[in-house]
Amino acid sequence: MPVETGCGTMKLKSREELIKYREEAKKQMLERSMEKTSIFVGMGTCGIAAGAREVMAAILEEVNKRNLQVNVIQTGCIGMCEQEPLVDVQRPGEDRITYRKVRPSDVPRIIVGHVMHGKIVEDLAIARFEEI
Amino acid sequence: MHLVRAHVLVCGGTNCTSSGSQQVREAFKRELEKNKLEQEVKLVETDCHEFCETGPLVIVYPEGTFYVRVTPEDVPEIVSEHLINGRVVKRLLYKAPVDETRIPTYKQLDFYKKQCRVALRNCGSIDPEKIQEYIARGGYESLEKAIFEMTPEQVIEEVKRSGLRGRGGGGFPTGLKWEFCRRSPGDLKYLICNADEGDPGAFMDRSVLEGDPHSLIEGMAIAAYAIGCREGYIYCRAEYPLAIKRLKIAIAQAEELGLLGENILGTDFTFNLHIKEGAGAFVCGEETALMASIEGKRGMPRVRPPFPAQRGLFNKPSNINNVETYANVPVIIARGADWFAAMGTEKSKGTKVFALTGKVNNTGLVEVPMGITLREIIFEIGGGIVGGKKYKGVQIGGPSGGCIPAELMDTPVDYESLIQAGAMMGSGGLVVMDETTCMVDLARFFLNFTQAESCGKCTPCREGTKRMLEILTRICNGEGVPEDIETLERLGRVIKSTALCGLGNTAPNPVLSTLRYFRHEYEAHIFDKRCPAHVCTALLVFSIDEEKCIGCGRCLRACPVGAISGAKKEPHKIDPEKCIKCGTCFEKCNQGAVLRL
Ligand SMILES: Cc1cc2nc3c(=O)[nH]c(=O)nc-3n(C[C@H](O)[C@H](O)[C@H](O)COP(=O)(O)O)c2cc1C
Ligand code: SF4
Ligand code: SF4
Ligand code: SF4
Ligand code: FES
Ligand code: FES
Repeated sequence: MPVETGCGTMKLKSREELIKYREEAKKQMLERSMEKTSIFVGMGTCGIAAGAREVMAAILEEVNKRNLQVNVIQTGCIGMCEQEPLVDVQRPGEDRITYRKVRPSDVPRIIVGHVMHGKIVEDLAIARFEEI
Repeated sequence: MHLVRAHVLVCGGTNCTSSGSQQVREAFKRELEKNKLEQEVKLVETDCHEFCETGPLVIVYPEGTFYVRVTPEDVPEIVSEHLINGRVVKRLLYKAPVDETRIPTYKQLDFYKKQCRVALRNCGSIDPEKIQEYIARGGYESLEKAIFEMTPEQVIEEVKRSGLRGRGGGGFPTGLKWEFCRRSPGDLKYLICNADEGDPGAFMDRSVLEGDPHSLIEGMAIAAYAIGCREGYIYCRAEYPLAIKRLKIAIAQAEELGLLGENILGTDFTFNLHIKEGAGAFVCGEETALMASIEGKRGMPRVRPPFPAQRGLFNKPSNINNVETYANVPVIIARGADWFAAMGTEKSKGTKVFALTGKVNNTGLVEVPMGITLREIIFEIGGGIVGGKKYKGVQIGGPSGGCIPAELMDTPVDYESLIQAGAMMGSGGLVVMDETTCMVDLARFFLNFTQAESCGKCTPCREGTKRMLEILTRICNGEGVPEDIETLERLGRVIKSTALCGLGNTAPNPVLSTLRYFRHEYEAHIFDKRCPAHVCTALLVFSIDEEKCIGCGRCLRACPVGAISGAKKEPHKIDPEKCIKCGTCFEKCNQGAVLRL
């Protein structure tokens, strides 16, 4: 079965081409985070078991309904499996906030409150994301 | 982004609806239309926010103002004051809990304070299905560095100097293993990743496969370059469908970019990577059984030597490492052996990932520097024991590991110290136990697992574990005899030293380690016919203290088998013939009159 790769480039045939590809990827990621808000949903096995798929669906619905230009990104296990479903919101230039035990019913508040108006939903927030 | 100036969220949860949120919503609709605000201000119905006792709840953005107990009569005021004049309606404001919850950073959370993420560096940060994200974070830079700046020997030297040891259980020095395989004569050599992860409750490797598959692929490609392998296999259990799916995507992406396959990055280095799905037998995680399984044979271990580095997969020299071992490699190449070796203890370098489970407050996946103590993991990262119960010990290393008692909680977590304490690093299972765990029952649980997974090839493991299990079952049933302890110890020693593979060599560990530290529990079962943790039902006796019983009848009504009798306000009685020892009466009685022995 062929797999969708979406790399968008032909084979890299030299070190220089990989370096160029990396620079381009870095630039794109940077632009993405500067221009648009990103929403990360923890989609590892335990996230999914805790209901991450339903939360993801609710996010996409809310985003489409309101016609928002945001990045919705799936990600893996951050370790706090007990607190799943975990959702992070990062507005351009602001802290990336992790929300825990998110239910589909919490999604409108996160989208309208945080994504659109920049107000952190404090009762669901667990931490400000940073590299560990 | 939004032409909409403000949003009004009205809770439509069951409780708020029954206290009138529907009417509030309609009132808003009318008021907004009346003031021609319906384009500028959007109404949103939401679900319960768990503020029900103060419902109906209304939240107004952009300010994020919480209004509580809102009635339709309040709505015109909110609209004219707040939405038109920009003044908060104070009398409806939710009284926030005194100090505003400041949101900590990850590093400020107890759970992450002592963690150090190397193998898990990208897990939870990137989209595992997009190679661009991995590459943007410096991914495949180490492979690039290895191929273009280092000879295979230099790569091996770097890994040796880093002190990296196998994370799959045994802790064999990785660089040395690579060197053996490189030096082994032969043109065709195989590189294998052990992603079988058979320990019940463990999910460290799964998290890497699902959250950051490219770190494994890059680590394997570097190893393949260093050893001189053209073909590689990832052996992953079929019960990990998401991991397999993400791996497939990742491999296809790497191939498309020319980071896997023929002539990688235009050089003459070629490496093809394949996935092999395993049926999930625990013994197939053993390296020789695993290779037999890839060859399409029954997954049975064979005698070593010859070691895989000499004769492995399809009789060719092969190198096998665990997922986490490979995932560390790109970081070692990128940041250098010295950086890596600065973490950990003298003989155990770097970090280890554990699946922290059991009776601790914070469970989950943790990556800690080697040498951290069990106390730090359990009480700082894990946040202590659930419900303030007493900490009894920890089972570390999965079914092949052992139990370390509370007295030894300052044991540093490194390969040697754990072996010395009668346990082992294993692949990273860490189960915390409190006073309600019966150690005999626990040993029986793990032995039951290994016994069922024994492949049956050699007698000590096949027959010996069966005998041990029979004895443990007898002890738990209250039929233990004094000789049992000695027999268990003798059998355990014999199996450990004569079994063919690691499964048999380690199967007695849970029994031997509990006998070492919790012998009194075995003795209580055998001599006093008592289970100190009140777990082994056969040994439990329930009775009612006539002095304390007030004859309320709670126990009588709750007993599922009608074993309790007694008149109102008279002391009740339990019929031991009928009692099935479910413990319900013990929980129901609020006079402490039900006795459990
Ligand atoms: C019964 C048994 C089960 C094993 N299961 C696993 C496993 O699930 N994953 C793993 O990486 N190693 C497992 N091992 C260890 C492997 O045999 C082998 O030592 C390991 O994959 C080597 O990799 P490392 O040096 O990177 O640790 C198991 C060993 C035995 C005896
Ligand atoms: S020790 Fe057990 S699992 Fe290993 S070969 Fe012998 S019977 Fe099979
Ligand atoms: S619940 Fe306790 S006090 Fe009430 S009848 Fe039963 S034993 Fe007696
Ligand atoms: S332990 Fe269960 S079965 Fe026995 S008397 Fe109490 S409630 Fe009835
Ligand atoms: S899978 Fe999400 S934190 Fe573990
Ligand atoms: S129903 Fe509205 S807060 Fe619960």
